Amino acid sequence: MGFLDRDHSIAPPGFNRWLVPPAALAVHLCIGQAYATSVYKTALVKHFGASLTEVGVIFSIAIVMLGLSAAVMGTWVDTNGPRKAMFTSAMFWVGGFLIGSVGIFTRQLWLVYLGYGVVGGIGLGIGYISPVSTLIKWFPDRPGLATGMAIMGFGGGALIASPVSQALLKAYDPNSGAQGWVASGDAVGKLFLTLAVVYLVYMLFGAFTVRVPADGWRPAGFDPSKVKAAKLVTTENVSAKNAIKTRQFWLVWVALFCNVTAGIGILEQAAPMIQDFFRQSDGKSLVSAGVAAGFVGLLSIGNMSGRFAWSATSDITGRKRIYMVYLGVGAVLYTVLALAGSSATALYVALAFVIISFYGGGFATVPAYLRDLFGTFQVGAIHGRLLTAWSAAGVAGPLIVNSILDAQGKPGQLNAASYQPALLTMVALLVVGFVANLLVKPVDARFHESRPERHKSTLEA
Amino acid sequence: MSSTAPTHGAHQPVNKSTGRLVVAWILVGIPLAYGVFQTLTQVAALFG
Repeated sequence: MGFLDRDHSIAPPGFNRWLVPPAALAVHLCIGQAYATSVYKTALVKHFGASLTEVGVIFSIAIVMLGLSAAVMGTWVDTNGPRKAMFTSAMFWVGGFLIGSVGIFTRQLWLVYLGYGVVGGIGLGIGYISPVSTLIKWFPDRPGLATGMAIMGFGGGALIASPVSQALLKAYDPNSGAQGWVASGDAVGKLFLTLAVVYLVYMLFGAFTVRVPADGWRPAGFDPSKVKAAKLVTTENVSAKNAIKTRQFWLVWVALFCNVTAGIGILEQAAPMIQDFFRQSDGKSLVSAGVAAGFVGLLSIGNMSGRFAWSATSDITGRKRIYMVYLGVGAVLYTVLALAGSSATALYVALAFVIISFYGGGFATVPAYLRDLFGTFQVGAIHGRLLTAWSAAGVAGPLIVNSILDAQGKPGQLNAASYQPALLTMVALLVVGFVANLLVKPVDARFHESRPERHKSTLEA
Repeated sequence: MSSTAPTHGAHQPVNKSTGRLVVAWILVGIPLAYGVFQTLTQVAALFG
């Protein structure tokens, strides 16, 4: 398997660096399927005779494993290079679908937990961080643009997987024309097998297209001295081991955690929330279920486009400033949403769209923020460790919103006022994140790697 | 479009590999465009 090694993926002279973003996108578009699980959730509930919560655990395990594997495998990914990491990610992600399909065909839910949740989740984590440090090295002049392009794929993956999965489930189930149709378990199993094959091809395309730049390479016309001109951008390097000892790492962790928790608060409740906000006194909502589904789709586009647009903008504004926008303007928009969101549908939709674009932007900008603070040396590993903030937010966000809403009333009886405590809690969280981001200063020189130590660290890794 | 420029080492003829670049972007661009189109079709209900 030597052909997967970093040494075999060094770009030859003349290699076009714009081949690297589609390679990264190929991987992220595949693993982004994780956000399209709702398509077959009801089918699995019926097939296994399980509760929504029991089936929902599949997704929760996958996201927890994403954070854990990114944190644990980050240094391995940096050391072995993107090709081996993407290949490994493909094996786990595809393996997860295959094991999951066996679980579905044999009606063993634990096998779906193990397959899609644990094995697939490991593929998610490795795949998510695999192209990040490589992109940053290829685009030292536009790191935000580069990582935004790749991480946009994670948002876009669900946009592709949802309609494709719906079409395949209809094709695989002979009863798909029936009224009130719910896909059979057999159809979901076949869907898993199909996705496994398609994702294997796409992820291997990414793995064999990606290249790392040769040592000392830099883009034509790029002047590193201009990068140094920015106060928060270092030309030094900090190892992953040392990075987690710095205050800066934990301040960015808090900022990301707050931004993600607030975003998940809206995303998780998107469809029922818009209906509840425009519920009339007779209990009926002005927003139909179909329109609410369209709203969820619009948020997905906001999430995806925010990843690219805001991250690319951060190359001009600087990472700290753009995070001030995500958290500061985000807090203001959340407040308006809580207090005046029910006054007009257009206002509600516009506010939610921008808030979710900030949520996506936070994800896409953070690798470049880490590059600015800690250098390129082990930025992938540091990013992996930072993604534990995502796992924590994935638990905290829904927990905060659901527990507050549970105290407000039963689903179907809630209105705009019922959401105010939850939304204002998110405002408080965003203010905490804003302050954390404000406190970010350059990393102390004692954490910087000296060249001999850097070499030693690489050997140890 | 920026291309690579080695700062040291032997200089070899530059292969821009435009065809490969186009194919790579099409491979990821078409599914993404399809997904966005499908979603926008669904979003239309929001404004209809």
